[in-house]
Amino acid sequence: MTDQPAFLELLLRLGDDCLVLGHRLSEWCGHAPMLEEDLSMPNMALDLIGQARSIYTRAGEVEGKGRSEDDLAYLRADREYRNLLLVERPNGDFAHTMLRQFYYAAFMEPYWREAVASSDAALAGIAGKAVKEIGYHVRHAGEWVIRLGDGTEESARRMAVAVDALHPYTGELFAVDGVTDAMAAAGVAPDPSALRPEWDATIDTIFADAGLRRPEVAYPQLGGRQGCHGEEFGFLLAELQYMQRAYPAMTW
Amino acid sequence: MYAQGLIGADAATTEDAAFLERFQARIDAEEKIEPNDPMPAGYRKTLIRQIGQHAHSEIVGMLPEGNWITRAPSLRRKAALLAKVQDEGGHGLYLYAAAETLGVTRDQMTEELLSGKAKYSSIFNYPTPTWADIGAIGWLVDGAAIMNQIPLCRCSYGPYARAMIRVCKEESFHQRQGYEIMMTLARGAPAQKDMAQDALNRWWWPSLVMFGPPDSDSVHGDQSMAWKIKRFTNDELRRKFINATVPQAEFIDLTVPDPDLRWNDDTQSYEHGPIDWDEFWRVVKGHGQMNRDRIAARRKAWEDGAWVRDAAVAHGEKRRTRHTAALAAE
Repeated sequence: MTDQPAFLELLLRLGDDCLVLGHRLSEWCGHAPMLEEDLSMPNMALDLIGQARSIYTRAGEVEGKGRSEDDLAYLRADREYRNLLLVERPNGDFAHTMLRQFYYAAFMEPYWREAVASSDAALAGIAGKAVKEIGYHVRHAGEWVIRLGDGTEESARRMAVAVDALHPYTGELFAVDGVTDAMAAAGVAPDPSALRPEWDATIDTIFADAGLRRPEVAYPQLGGRQGCHGEEFGFLLAELQYMQRAYPAMTW
Repeated sequence: MYAQGLIGADAATTEDAAFLERFQARIDAEEKIEPNDPMPAGYRKTLIRQIGQHAHSEIVGMLPEGNWITRAPSLRRKAALLAKVQDEGGHGLYLYAAAETLGVTRDQMTEELLSGKAKYSSIFNYPTPTWADIGAIGWLVDGAAIMNQIPLCRCSYGPYARAMIRVCKEESFHQRQGYEIMMTLARGAPAQKDMAQDALNRWWWPSLVMFGPPDSDSVHGDQSMAWKIKRFTNDELRRKFINATVPQAEFIDLTVPDPDLRWNDDTQSYEHGPIDWDEFWRVVKGHGQMNRDRIAARRKAWEDGAWVRDAAVAHGEKRRTRHTAALAAE
C-alpha cells in the first residue's frame, strides 16, 4: 500500500460507521415494537459489528503497531472516531431508526459492491460478505419506510419528521477529501461522490411508495470524518468503553 | 433460557371417564398429541399456561442480558451476547407459535403478561449489575433451563416437544458460552475473579429455585406427570442440576455459596442446605427487586410500538385495496 496513512484513515471511517450504527441498533434489543423486530434489529447489528471487527483487524495490520480490533474499537478518544454523524444520531422513534438504517444501507450497498474489486484483497473480501448483508438492510429498512410513510396518519407524520431530522446528515455520505481521492485513485475504494445518483434513485423509488418527499438541504451537516461529533456521541462512547476503561488491560 | 416448575396451573378437567381413559392410553403408548387431536380441557389449559409462561420468560429474559449489550467488554463478547439475546427472542417467537396451536393468540398472551395475569420465570426479577452476571446467567440459568427442557423434548404435546429440540440445542450453546465467560473471569485478574464469585453468590440460590417448589408442596405435579407434560419432578431436576454444576464451579475454583452442601456417598448425589421458599414466593408474587421494572419495560415497548404495528396493518390493508382496485380496472 503506497498511501498507508490514507488507507488507515479510510478503514477507521468504515469501521467506525459499522461499530457506531451497530451499537445504536443494539440499544433496541428487547424494546422493539414487535417481536419480529426484536429479532431483525439485532440481526442487522450483528452484521455491522461483524463488519467492524474485520475492518478494524485490517486497520491494525495496515497501521503495523500491534493494535487489535478491541484496541481500536474501545481505546480511542472521542475526537479520534471517524464515523458519519448520521450513524451516531440517537435512535429516536422506530421511524428515525429505520430511516437512518435505510439512508446508510442505500449508500453502502453500491459502495461495497464496487469495493469487491478493491486492489486490497482483504478489503475486497470484507466487501464481498458485506454487500450481501447490506442488501438485506436496504430491503428491510426500505420496506419499513414505505409501511410507515403509507400507513396511518400518525406513522406518516412521524416518518416525515424523521426525514426532516435526518436528511441534513446524508450529505456527509458523499463528501470527498484527500483520503477518498487517494483511495479512489489507487483502486482501493470507490469515490463516494460517484455513488450519489444511485443513492438518490434508491431513495426516490422508496419515497414514491411511501408518499415522502426528498427535501432540499441547504447546509449539510458535516464533521464526523474529522472527529467533530455531536453531544450524544460522548455518552455512547462512555457506555461502549466502560469496561475497557474501568478494568484496563484485562482479558475478557 | 428459562424454565421453571409451572406456577399455578389448574389441570381440573370435566370429560367422562371413557374419554380420559382413551386419552391416557395414547399418552401411555408414547403417542404425540397434535393440535387437532381430541384432548381434555385440563390438558389444553395446562399446556397453554406452561408454554405461555415459557414464552414470556424468553421475552422478559431478554431484558437482564440486553442490559449488557452496549457495555460488553470486547467486540467478540458483544457479538456473542447480541446473538444470544436474539436467540431468546427467537425461542419466544416459536413458543408463542406452539401455544397458538392450542387456540390462544400471541396478542392475548402478551396482554396477560402485561396485566400480570400470566407469570414468567422469577429468575428474571433479579438485576444484572456486573458483566459477570452475563456469565452466571448463561452458565447457571441456561444450565438449569436445559435440565428442565431436555425432558420436554419428549413432552406428549407434539408442537411443544419439537420446539424444545431446537431450543435445547441453542441453550446448550449458551450454557457453554456462559461458563466460558466465568472461566475467563475466574482465571483473570483478582478484580475479575471477585466479580465472578460475587455473581455466583447472587445467582446460585435463584437458579435452584427455578425448578419450582419441592415435590412435597407441589400441587399439580402428579397430573402433569401422568399426562407426560412433565417427565421428572422438581426435586429430581434440581438434584441433577446441582450434581452437574458443583464440579464445574470447583473446576474454575469458585465456591458454591452453600455451607451445608455435601456429597452423599450412598445416594451418589449432593445434598444442599435449606432453600428460602418464602423469598421465592415473594418474588413470584411481584415483590422481587426487578419485577416492576421488567413489566414496565415490556409495557413501554408494547405501548410505544402500537403506532408501528397499527401502521403495518393499515399499510397492508391499503395495498390489498389498491391491488383489488387495479384488478377490477383491468
